Amino acid sequence: MSFLEVRNLSARVKGGGPLLRDVSLTVEVGEVRGLVGESGAGKSMIGKAVLGILPKAVEITGGQIVLDGTDLLTLPPAARRVKVGASCALIPQDPLTALNPSRRIGVQITDRLVDILGWTRQRAEDRALALLTEVQITDPARVLRQYPHELSGGMRQRILIASAFAAEPKLIVADEPTTALDVTVQKQILKLIAALQARHGTALLFVTHDLGVVSKVCQNLSVLYAGKVVEDSTVADFFGAPKHPYSAALLAATPKYTDPSAGLQPVPDAVIAAVRAEVEHG
Amino acid sequence: MALLQTLLLRMITTAVTLLGVAVIVFFVIRVVPGNPIAMMLPPGATAEDIATLTAIYGLDKSIPQQFLIWAGGVLQGDFGTSITLKQPVLALVLGRLPATLELSVLALGMAILIGGAAALTGTRLRETRVEGGIDIAQGVALSVPDFLWGLVLILVFGVLVPVFQISGRVTPSLQLPFVTDFYLVESVVRLRFDLTLDLLSHMLLPALALAIPLAAIIGQLLKQSLKETMHLDYVTLARTQGYSEAKVIWSQALPNAILPTLTLVGVQFTFLIGGTVIIERLFSYEGLGNMAIDAVINRDLPLIQGIVILFAVIFTGVNLLVDLTYAALNPRLRHG
Ligand SMILES: Nc1ncnc2c1ncn2[C@@H]1O[C@H](COP(=O)(O)OP(=O)(O)O)[C@@H](O)[C@H]1O
Ligand SMILES: [Mg+2]
Repeated sequence: MSFLEVRNLSARVKGGGPLLRDVSLTVEVGEVRGLVGESGAGKSMIGKAVLGILPKAVEITGGQIVLDGTDLLTLPPAARRVKVGASCALIPQDPLTALNPSRRIGVQITDRLVDILGWTRQRAEDRALALLTEVQITDPARVLRQYPHELSGGMRQRILIASAFAAEPKLIVADEPTTALDVTVQKQILKLIAALQARHGTALLFVTHDLGVVSKVCQNLSVLYAGKVVEDSTVADFFGAPKHPYSAALLAATPKYTDPSAGLQPVPDAVIAAVRAEVEHG
Repeated sequence: MALLQTLLLRMITTAVTLLGVAVIVFFVIRVVPGNPIAMMLPPGATAEDIATLTAIYGLDKSIPQQFLIWAGGVLQGDFGTSITLKQPVLALVLGRLPATLELSVLALGMAILIGGAAALTGTRLRETRVEGGIDIAQGVALSVPDFLWGLVLILVFGVLVPVFQISGRVTPSLQLPFVTDFYLVESVVRLRFDLTLDLLSHMLLPALALAIPLAAIIGQLLKQSLKETMHLDYVTLARTQGYSEAKVIWSQALPNAILPTLTLVGVQFTFLIGGTVIIERLFSYEGLGNMAIDAVINRDLPLIQGIVILFAVIFTGVNLLVDLTYAALNPRLRHG
């Protein structure tokens, strides 16, 4: 059963052109779906639409976002907030800005467990401690008392991952969770997310522009171009034989982990022109 | 360690500042025209009378000599004697200080409440007509100086709809049981809320006149920082966790957005205290500012000197307090 089903979602900048065009995608319970596309394709917008954090300038013009059987777009704002807060979480892109600089790490993990989900303070604190251990932070009790500026980017991303898993959400949206990190740290964080996902059985919508990452952590993927899904397939099918010419070109433009020095083909102009025409008129 | 060093440095600079103020004021008020002795004597006093009295107050000596005598006295806690009131300057000034402090702090509190509420409401309802209305109101509040607000308030709430007192600190016929000069504070401590009400009904309009421009400044700056903060990632993250917009503003954005406003409030508070001079006059409020104007009119040199020094002490004290609060609130400074 699909936990998340985005149906024919369209959005635009108020008074401007379309950002999302008839987007449909599903995330099954426990599935990891990659959402790939070049920068500006609208990947983050989809994640934000699901979580209810679209910028004020962006409006949804049609479609449904069905979460666990309920169309979020028909819910009143407060009910939507509560539903999303209880069953979804976000692993943000930039760990340096995603933690409140003036508050200790501990309360940033525990506060919403207490405030929103009604846990006791003690239970929330125990949970935070256990999770920091799970994301392999040494001396977690100490870290819980520290402020964000005392920690490295990699540490902060581990904390944000721990926080995302804290309330056992059904779905996590990870928006390019390693892009802002050092290359050496990227791999560790990726492994960590994959491990926690597997252990907790959480569905994951993994936003990235890196096909190499997709091949490692995802089962299925949606390819987005200019706000439109141009391909939806399993990772095995995609890397074997991409259906869409744009996907094929994207794949050819991606370095291979097995042979990084193999000649890379930039996406040909003709392919771009064709996909653009298809997206804008199809 | 670093904090101790900073504190020491601040104390030295404070001392130097105060000395500078003392010197400048001492010389300036003695070279401007106007003779305090001539003003004390009845018309037709002889030249000898004037010379005698001038010598009594030491005004026949050279200005540097006078300064050394004065400074020597200050070091022993003697700020001289008021020429017009014939009482020690220190006692006079300290007797009036509580009235001015109570008025200023009340005004500051009102400014923070009004400005804070405007900023929070404007942020919550940003990009709506309410925000536009708040912006316009703040623009008006800022373009009119405090003493004009004083006149407007007297006209509206003292004359047209006379609900508040517009003169004095307390109704003169009341029996006051106070042992300190902090009437408002003491009335609350003694649970004499009838007196508290009477004091407040006298203080409300002058305090509001002082508060309105500052409230607008606070409202503008705080709303601007809040709106900037609302775009930051940690605020967005809190939204995905189920927090309401109001809760996000209050508990996530406000603690970070408040720091620049706090610094500004410190600086502006010293301006507000300066504003009490005219406002106290306008409302015949018996504080330090009102006394300062009398002292200047009467060329009461020792009294002017004492009041100015006290104002300077207050200003530097407020600035120090702001810096310390800033350091306490900002974890990045606290942990260096
Ligand atoms: N706050 C905003 N207001 C208007 N347009 C925006 C805003 N943020 C992003 N956009 C536009 O939306 C499009 C999709 O952005 P985004 O989803 O962030 O792309 P990406 O696929 O890189 O995550 C981009 O073309 C961008 O210009
Ligand atoms: Mg993005």
